[in-house]
Amino acid sequence: MSKTRLATAWLDGCSGCHMSFLDMDERLIELSGAFDLVYSPLVDFKTFPEAVDITLVEGAVSTTDDVEKIHLIRARTRLLVAMGDCAVTGNVPAMRNAFGPDAVLRRAYFENADLQQQTPLVVVPKLLDKVRPVHEYVSVDLYLPGCPPSAATFHAVLTELLANRMPDVASLTRFGA
Amino acid sequence: MSASVDVKTLVIDGVDVSARQDQTVLDVARENNIFIPTLCHLEGLSEVGACRLCLVEIKGSPKLFPACVLKVEEGMEVITHSERLLHYRQTILELLFAERNHVCAVCVANGNCELQTIAQSQRLTHVRLPYRNPKLPVDLSHERFAADHNRCILCTRCVRVCAEIEGAHVWDVMGRGIDSMVITDLNDPWGSSSCTRCGKCVQVCPTGALFDKSKVGVSHPKSPEFLPYLNLMREEQ
Repeated sequence: MSKTRLATAWLDGCSGCHMSFLDMDERLIELSGAFDLVYSPLVDFKTFPEAVDITLVEGAVSTTDDVEKIHLIRARTRLLVAMGDCAVTGNVPAMRNAFGPDAVLRRAYFENADLQQQTPLVVVPKLLDKVRPVHEYVSVDLYLPGCPPSAATFHAVLTELLANRMPDVASLTRFGA
Repeated sequence: MSASVDVKTLVIDGVDVSARQDQTVLDVARENNIFIPTLCHLEGLSEVGACRLCLVEIKGSPKLFPACVLKVEEGMEVITHSERLLHYRQTILELLFAERNHVCAVCVANGNCELQTIAQSQRLTHVRLPYRNPKLPVDLSHERFAADHNRCILCTRCVRVCAEIEGAHVWDVMGRGIDSMVITDLNDPWGSSSCTRCGKCVQVCPTGALFDKSKVGVSHPKSPEFLPYLNLMREEQ
Protein backbone atom coordinates (compact mmCIF):
# COMPACT_ATOMS: atom_id res chain seq x y z
CA MET A 1 0.00 0.00 0.00
CA SER A 2 1.39 3.41 -0.94
CA LYS A 3 1.97 5.92 1.83
CA THR A 4 -0.36 8.89 2.37
CA ARG A 5 1.10 12.10 0.94
CA LEU A 6 0.89 14.57 3.85
CA ALA A 7 1.66 18.29 3.75
CA THR A 8 1.49 21.12 6.26
CA ALA A 9 1.37 24.84 5.45
CA TRP A 10 1.83 28.03 7.42
CA LEU A 11 -0.18 31.19 6.67
CA ASP A 12 -0.82 33.95 9.28
CA GLY A 13 -0.25 32.11 12.54
CA CYS A 14 2.39 31.89 15.25
CA SER A 15 3.63 28.35 14.32
CA GLY A 16 2.26 27.13 17.65
CA CYS A 17 0.15 24.53 15.81
CA HIS A 18 3.26 23.18 14.14
CA MET A 19 4.99 23.10 17.53
CA SER A 20 2.05 21.18 18.97
CA PHE A 21 2.21 18.81 15.96
CA LEU A 22 5.90 18.16 16.80
CA ASP A 23 4.89 17.75 20.45
CA MET A 24 3.48 14.34 19.47
CA ASP A 25 7.11 13.31 20.08
CA GLU A 26 7.72 9.57 19.71
CA ARG A 27 4.11 9.03 18.61
CA LEU A 28 5.10 10.91 15.46
CA ILE A 29 7.69 8.23 14.72
CA GLU A 30 5.01 5.53 15.00
CA LEU A 31 2.71 7.45 12.65
CA SER A 32 5.45 8.36 10.17
CA GLY A 33 5.47 4.84 8.74
CA ALA A 34 2.08 5.62 7.20
CA PHE A 35 2.90 8.93 5.48
CA ASP A 36 5.44 10.86 3.43
CA LEU A 37 5.80 14.52 4.40
CA VAL A 38 5.86 16.08 0.93
CA TYR A 39 5.73 19.78 1.90
CA SER A 40 6.01 21.64 5.22
CA PRO A 41 7.80 24.52 6.95
CA LEU A 42 9.44 21.71 8.93
CA VAL A 43 11.22 20.36 5.81
CA ASP A 44 12.95 21.96 2.85
CA PHE A 45 10.72 21.52 -0.21
CA LYS A 46 10.39 24.84 -2.06
CA THR A 47 7.17 24.33 -4.01
CA PHE A 48 3.84 22.81 -3.06
CA PRO A 49 3.63 19.50 -4.97
CA GLU A 50 0.79 17.95 -7.00
CA ALA A 51 -1.54 15.22 -5.72
CA VAL A 52 -1.30 15.70 -1.97
CA ASP A 53 -3.68 13.50 0.06
CA ILE A 54 -3.93 15.56 3.26
CA THR A 55 -2.82 19.14 3.97
CA LEU A 56 -2.92 20.69 7.43
CA VAL A 57 -3.12 24.49 7.09
CA GLU A 58 -2.10 26.65 10.02
CA GLY A 59 -2.98 30.35 10.11
CA ALA A 60 -5.55 32.78 8.78
CA VAL A 61 -5.56 34.34 5.31
CA SER A 62 -4.14 37.82 5.82
CA THR A 63 -1.97 38.76 2.79
CA THR A 64 -2.13 38.58 -1.01
CA ASP A 65 0.52 35.86 -0.74
CA ASP A 66 -1.73 33.80 1.60
CA VAL A 67 -4.57 34.00 -0.95
CA GLU A 68 -2.35 32.62 -3.75
CA LYS A 69 -1.00 29.88 -1.47
CA ILE A 70 -4.38 28.69 -0.20
CA HIS A 71 -5.84 28.43 -3.73
CA LEU A 72 -2.81 26.44 -4.91
CA ILE A 73 -2.96 24.20 -1.83
CA ARG A 74 -6.69 23.56 -2.33
CA ALA A 75 -6.24 22.73 -6.01
CA ARG A 76 -3.55 20.16 -5.20
CA THR A 77 -5.04 18.64 -2.01
CA ARG A 78 -7.65 15.91 -1.61
CA LEU A 79 -8.47 16.54 2.07
CA LEU A 80 -7.85 20.02 3.47
CA VAL A 81 -7.70 20.45 7.25
CA ALA A 82 -8.01 23.92 8.85
CA MET A 83 -5.50 23.45 11.69
CA GLY A 84 -5.97 25.60 14.78
CA ASP A 85 -8.05 28.66 15.67
CA CYS A 86 -6.34 31.10 13.25
CA ALA A 87 -7.21 28.91 10.25
CA VAL A 88 -10.68 28.14 11.66
CA THR A 89 -11.78 31.52 13.09
CA GLY A 90 -9.17 34.16 12.22
CA ASN A 91 -8.31 34.26 15.93
CA VAL A 92 -5.55 36.66 17.06
CA PRO A 93 -4.47 37.80 13.54
CA ALA A 94 -8.08 38.87 12.88
CA MET A 95 -8.01 41.19 15.90
CA ARG A 96 -6.58 43.81 13.54
CA ASN A 97 -9.82 43.78 11.49
CA ALA A 98 -11.38 46.40 13.75
CA PHE A 99 -8.44 48.76 13.10
CA GLY A 100 -7.36 48.08 9.50
CA PRO A 101 -3.96 47.26 7.93
CA ASP A 102 -2.70 50.88 7.84
CA ALA A 103 -2.88 51.14 11.62
CA VAL A 104 -0.91 47.87 11.92
CA LEU A 105 1.81 49.02 9.51
CA ARG A 106 2.05 52.42 11.20
CA ARG A 107 2.45 50.76 14.58
CA ALA A 108 5.06 48.24 13.41
CA TYR A 109 7.15 50.26 10.96
CA PHE A 110 6.88 53.83 12.30
CA GLU A 111 5.81 54.07 15.95
CA ASN A 112 7.94 51.08 17.04
CA ALA A 113 10.89 51.69 14.66
CA ASP A 114 13.88 53.77 15.70
CA LEU A 115 15.62 53.72 12.31
CA GLN A 116 14.56 53.58 8.65
CA GLN A 117 10.90 54.33 9.26
CA GLN A 118 9.19 53.19 6.05
CA THR A 119 6.44 50.88 4.85
CA PRO A 120 7.96 47.82 3.15
CA LEU A 121 7.03 47.61 -0.54
CA VAL A 122 9.03 44.53 -1.57
CA VAL A 123 9.53 41.01 -0.10
CA VAL A 124 6.83 41.49 2.56
CA PRO A 125 3.46 40.70 0.91
CA LYS A 126 0.65 43.25 0.95
CA LEU A 127 -1.74 43.00 3.89
CA LEU A 128 -5.38 42.43 2.99
CA ASP A 129 -8.01 44.78 4.36
CA LYS A 130 -9.48 41.99 6.53
CA VAL A 131 -7.99 38.80 7.98
CA ARG A 132 -10.31 35.88 7.21
CA PRO A 133 -10.50 32.20 8.12
CA VAL A 134 -9.44 29.69 5.46
CA HIS A 135 -12.99 28.51 4.66
CA GLU A 136 -13.98 31.99 3.48
CA TYR A 137 -11.58 31.47 0.53
CA VAL A 138 -11.64 27.74 -0.23
CA SER A 139 -13.66 24.71 0.86
CA VAL A 140 -12.37 23.00 3.99
CA ASP A 141 -12.95 19.29 4.66
CA LEU A 142 -12.14 19.16 8.38
CA TYR A 143 -11.95 21.83 11.07
CA LEU A 144 -9.57 21.41 13.99
CA PRO A 145 -10.12 24.26 16.46
CA GLY A 146 -7.75 24.93 19.36
CA CYS A 147 -4.98 27.40 20.15
CA PRO A 148 -3.17 25.19 19.58
CA PRO A 149 -4.91 21.80 19.29
CA SER A 150 -3.10 19.56 21.79
CA ALA A 151 -0.57 16.92 20.76
CA ALA A 152 -3.11 14.29 21.87
CA THR A 153 -5.66 15.86 19.51
CA PHE A 154 -3.18 15.78 16.63
CA HIS A 155 -2.38 12.15 17.34
CA ALA A 156 -6.03 11.10 17.48
CA VAL A 157 -6.92 13.06 14.33
CA LEU A 158 -3.95 11.87 12.27
CA THR A 159 -4.44 8.26 13.36
CA GLU A 160 -8.01 8.42 12.03
CA LEU A 161 -7.18 10.30 8.83
CA LEU A 162 -4.29 7.97 7.95
CA ALA A 163 -6.73 5.05 8.35
CA ASN A 164 -9.13 6.81 5.93
CA ARG A 165 -11.65 7.62 8.66
CA MET A 166 -13.01 11.02 9.68
CA PRO A 167 -12.24 11.83 13.34
CA ASP A 168 -14.84 13.06 15.85
CA VAL A 169 -13.23 16.48 16.36
CA ALA A 170 -15.83 17.95 18.75
CA SER A 171 -15.00 15.30 21.34
CA LEU A 172 -11.29 16.18 21.18
CA THR A 173 -10.92 19.94 21.06
CA ARG A 174 -12.70 23.33 21.10
CA PHE A 175 -12.15 27.02 20.32
CA GLY A 176 -9.30 28.34 22.47
CA ALA A 177 -8.32 24.87 23.75
CA MET B 1 -45.59 21.82 50.31
CA SER B 2 -49.36 21.50 50.57
CA ALA B 3 -51.10 18.27 49.54
CA SER B 4 -53.29 20.15 47.07
CA VAL B 5 -50.42 20.90 44.66
CA ASP B 6 -51.50 19.85 41.22
CA VAL B 7 -49.13 17.30 39.71
CA LYS B 8 -48.75 17.00 35.94
CA THR B 9 -47.27 14.05 34.13
CA LEU B 10 -45.49 14.49 30.82
CA VAL B 11 -42.93 12.78 28.61
CA ILE B 12 -39.47 14.23 27.95
CA ASP B 13 -37.31 12.37 25.40
CA GLY B 14 -39.43 9.25 25.88
CA VAL B 15 -39.09 9.31 29.68
CA ASP B 16 -42.23 9.67 31.84
CA VAL B 17 -41.74 12.46 34.37
CA SER B 18 -43.96 14.23 36.89
CA ALA B 19 -43.91 17.90 37.77
CA ARG B 20 -45.65 20.56 39.82
CA GLN B 21 -48.00 22.60 37.65
CA ASP B 22 -45.98 25.81 38.14
CA GLN B 23 -42.73 24.26 36.88
CA THR B 24 -41.15 24.92 33.49
CA VAL B 25 -40.05 22.21 31.08
CA LEU B 26 -36.44 23.26 31.72
CA ASP B 27 -36.83 22.81 35.52
CA VAL B 28 -38.31 19.36 35.09
CA ALA B 29 -35.72 18.30 32.52
CA ARG B 30 -32.86 19.35 34.82
CA GLU B 31 -34.48 17.55 37.80
CA ASN B 32 -34.45 14.41 35.68
CA ASN B 33 -30.86 14.89 34.48
CA ILE B 34 -31.91 15.70 30.92
CA PHE B 35 -29.47 18.27 29.52
CA ILE B 36 -30.88 21.29 27.65
CA PRO B 37 -28.30 23.97 26.76
CA THR B 38 -28.94 27.50 28.11
CA LEU B 39 -27.06 30.80 28.28
CA CYS B 40 -29.47 33.52 29.50
CA HIS B 41 -31.18 31.25 32.06
CA LEU B 42 -29.67 31.18 35.54
CA GLU B 43 -31.21 29.57 38.59
CA GLY B 44 -32.18 32.37 40.99
CA LEU B 45 -32.94 35.01 38.32
CA SER B 46 -36.11 35.79 36.39
CA GLU B 47 -36.44 34.26 32.91
CA VAL B 48 -36.15 36.38 29.74
CA GLY B 49 -36.09 33.66 27.05
CA ALA B 50 -33.49 35.71 25.16
CA CYS B 51 -30.82 33.28 23.97
CA ARG B 52 -33.18 30.67 22.44
CA LEU B 53 -30.69 27.84 23.02
CA CYS B 54 -33.24 25.93 25.11
CA LEU B 55 -35.72 25.61 22.24
CA VAL B 56 -37.49 22.22 22.31
CA GLU B 57 -40.01 20.43 20.12
CA ILE B 58 -43.51 19.59 21.39
CA LYS B 59 -45.28 16.71 19.67
CA GLY B 60 -48.30 17.98 17.74
CA SER B 61 -46.93 21.48 17.12
CA PRO B 62 -44.76 22.67 14.22
CA LYS B 63 -43.38 25.49 16.40
CA LEU B 64 -40.35 25.40 18.69
CA PHE B 65 -40.72 26.48 22.32
CA PRO B 66 -38.15 27.95 24.76
CA ALA B 67 -38.06 25.42 27.61
CA CYS B 68 -37.09 28.06 30.20
CA VAL B 69 -40.49 29.82 29.97
CA LEU B 70 -42.65 26.88 28.87
CA LYS B 71 -44.97 25.72 31.67
CA VAL B 72 -45.61 22.00 31.91
CA GLU B 73 -48.94 20.60 30.72
CA GLU B 74 -50.62 17.26 31.29
CA GLY B 75 -49.69 14.74 28.60
CA MET B 76 -47.14 17.01 26.93
CA GLU B 77 -44.53 15.16 24.83
CA VAL B 78 -41.23 17.06 24.73
CA ILE B 79 -38.23 16.36 22.50
CA THR B 80 -35.04 18.10 23.66
CA HIS B 81 -32.59 16.70 21.08
CA SER B 82 -33.03 16.26 17.32
CA GLU B 83 -31.18 17.10 14.11
CA ARG B 84 -33.47 20.11 13.67
CA LEU B 85 -32.80 21.44 17.19
CA LEU B 86 -29.04 20.86 16.83
CA HIS B 87 -29.12 22.86 13.59
CA TYR B 88 -30.90 25.79 15.27
CA ARG B 89 -28.68 25.70 18.36
CA GLN B 90 -25.52 25.63 16.24
CA THR B 91 -26.79 28.55 14.16
CA ILE B 92 -27.57 30.59 17.30
CA LEU B 93 -24.03 29.95 18.56
CA GLU B 94 -22.55 30.84 15.17
CA LEU B 95 -24.46 34.15 15.22
CA LEU B 96 -23.10 34.89 18.70
CA PHE B 97 -19.51 34.14 17.66
CA ALA B 98 -19.81 36.15 14.43
CA GLU B 99 -21.47 39.16 16.06
CA ARG B 100 -18.60 40.31 18.33
CA ASN B 101 -14.93 39.42 18.92
CA HIS B 102 -14.83 36.21 20.95
CA VAL B 103 -11.16 35.39 20.61
CA CYS B 104 -11.18 32.44 23.01
CA ALA B 105 -7.39 31.99 22.96
CA VAL B 106 -6.78 35.40 24.56
CA CYS B 107 -9.86 35.61 26.81
CA VAL B 108 -9.71 35.84 30.60
CA ALA B 109 -12.54 33.26 30.71
CA ASN B 110 -10.83 30.69 28.42
CA GLY B 111 -11.56 27.30 29.98
CA ASN B 112 -14.30 28.72 32.25
CA CYS B 113 -16.66 30.11 29.61
CA GLU B 114 -20.23 28.86 29.15
CA LEU B 115 -20.33 29.97 25.50
CA GLN B 116 -17.13 28.05 24.73
CA THR B 117 -18.33 24.95 26.60
CA ILE B 118 -21.77 24.96 24.98
CA ALA B 119 -20.22 25.42 21.52
CA GLN B 120 -18.24 22.22 22.09
CA SER B 121 -21.24 20.35 23.51
CA GLN B 122 -23.25 21.32 20.39
CA ARG B 123 -20.39 20.00 18.20
CA LEU B 124 -19.58 23.41 16.70
CA THR B 125 -16.14 23.25 15.05
CA HIS B 126 -16.38 26.36 12.87
CA VAL B 127 -18.58 29.37 12.10
CA ARG B 128 -20.09 29.45 8.60
CA LEU B 129 -21.08 33.13 8.84
CA PRO B 130 -18.58 35.91 8.11
CA TYR B 131 -17.20 37.52 11.28
CA ARG B 132 -18.28 41.14 11.74
CA ASN B 133 -15.22 42.15 13.80
CA PRO B 134 -16.80 45.33 15.21
CA LYS B 135 -14.70 47.86 17.12
CA LEU B 136 -16.04 47.78 20.68
CA PRO B 137 -14.95 49.44 23.92
CA VAL B 138 -13.38 47.86 26.99
CA ASP B 139 -14.36 49.72 30.18
CA LEU B 140 -11.46 49.58 32.67
CA SER B 141 -12.64 52.52 34.78
CA HIS B 142 -13.76 50.41 37.77
CA GLU B 143 -11.09 49.78 40.40
CA ARG B 144 -11.88 46.06 40.74
CA PHE B 145 -13.80 44.93 37.65
CA ALA B 146 -13.76 45.39 33.87
CA ALA B 147 -16.31 45.15 31.06
CA ASP B 148 -15.09 43.86 27.69
CA HIS B 149 -17.96 44.41 25.26
CA ASN B 150 -16.19 42.30 22.63
CA ARG B 151 -17.22 39.23 24.62
CA CYS B 152 -20.77 40.23 25.66
CA ILE B 153 -23.63 38.07 24.34
CA LEU B 154 -26.40 40.30 25.77
CA CYS B 155 -27.81 37.54 27.97
CA THR B 156 -28.74 40.29 30.51
CA ARG B 157 -27.80 38.17 33.53
CA CYS B 158 -25.83 41.18 34.86
CA VAL B 159 -28.85 43.45 34.40
CA ARG B 160 -31.15 41.02 36.22
CA VAL B 161 -28.82 40.15 39.10
CA CYS B 162 -28.10 43.84 39.76
CA ALA B 163 -31.79 44.80 39.73
CA GLU B 164 -33.39 41.70 41.25
CA ILE B 165 -30.81 40.48 43.78
CA GLU B 166 -28.54 43.42 44.62
CA GLY B 167 -31.41 45.92 44.21
CA ALA B 168 -29.15 48.54 42.65
CA HIS B 169 -30.15 48.34 38.96
CA VAL B 170 -26.88 49.85 37.78
CA TRP B 171 -26.76 47.68 34.63
CA ASP B 172 -29.24 48.02 31.78
CA VAL B 173 -29.38 47.66 27.99
CA MET B 174 -28.94 50.58 25.60
CA GLY B 175 -29.77 50.66 21.88
CA ARG B 176 -31.60 48.19 19.68
CA GLY B 177 -30.81 45.06 17.71
CA ILE B 178 -27.18 44.55 16.77
CA ASP B 179 -26.26 47.95 18.32
CA SER B 180 -27.45 46.90 21.80
CA MET B 181 -24.96 47.32 24.63
CA VAL B 182 -25.07 46.67 28.36
CA ILE B 183 -24.38 49.95 30.19
CA THR B 184 -23.88 51.17 33.75
CA ASP B 185 -26.19 53.98 34.87
CA LEU B 186 -26.92 56.27 31.88
CA ASN B 187 -23.92 54.96 29.90
CA ASP B 188 -21.48 56.38 32.44
CA PRO B 189 -18.10 54.73 33.05
CA TRP B 190 -18.52 51.75 35.40
CA GLY B 191 -15.97 53.24 37.82
CA SER B 192 -17.93 56.47 38.34
CA SER B 193 -21.37 54.82 38.28
CA SER B 194 -23.61 54.04 41.27
CA CYS B 195 -22.15 50.47 41.37
CA THR B 196 -22.12 49.01 44.89
CA ARG B 197 -18.97 46.94 44.09
CA CYS B 198 -20.71 43.70 45.14
CA GLY B 199 -19.38 41.75 42.12
CA LYS B 200 -22.53 39.66 41.54
CA CYS B 201 -22.63 40.64 37.86
CA VAL B 202 -19.08 39.34 37.38
CA GLN B 203 -19.97 36.00 38.98
CA VAL B 204 -23.08 35.45 36.82
CA CYS B 205 -21.55 36.60 33.49
CA PRO B 206 -21.29 33.45 31.34
CA THR B 207 -18.32 34.71 29.28
CA GLY B 208 -15.29 36.94 29.78
CA ALA B 209 -17.35 40.11 29.23
CA LEU B 210 -17.37 41.03 32.94
CA PHE B 211 -14.30 40.02 34.87
CA ASP B 212 -12.30 40.65 38.01
CA LYS B 213 -9.13 42.59 37.10
CA SER B 214 -7.10 40.56 39.61
CA LYS B 215 -7.86 37.39 37.59
CA VAL B 216 -6.25 38.53 34.32
CA GLY B 217 -3.59 36.00 33.34
CA VAL B 218 -4.78 33.42 35.87
CA SER B 219 -7.78 31.05 35.91
CA HIS B 220 -11.06 32.96 36.34
CA PRO B 221 -13.87 30.52 37.17
CA LYS B 222 -17.24 32.16 37.84
CA SER B 223 -19.42 31.05 40.79
CA PRO B 224 -23.07 31.84 40.07
CA GLU B 225 -24.33 28.99 42.29
CA PHE B 226 -24.63 31.36 45.29
CA LEU B 227 -27.89 32.76 43.85
CA PRO B 228 -30.45 30.04 44.78
CA TYR B 229 -28.98 29.86 48.31
CA LEU B 230 -29.18 33.62 48.74
CA ASN B 231 -32.82 33.59 47.57
CA LEU B 232 -33.68 30.71 49.90
CA MET B 233 -32.08 32.47 52.86
CA ARG B 234 -33.98 35.69 52.13
CA GLU B 235 -37.28 33.81 51.85
CA GLU B 236 -36.76 32.33 55.29
CA GLN B 237 -36.08 35.70 56.91
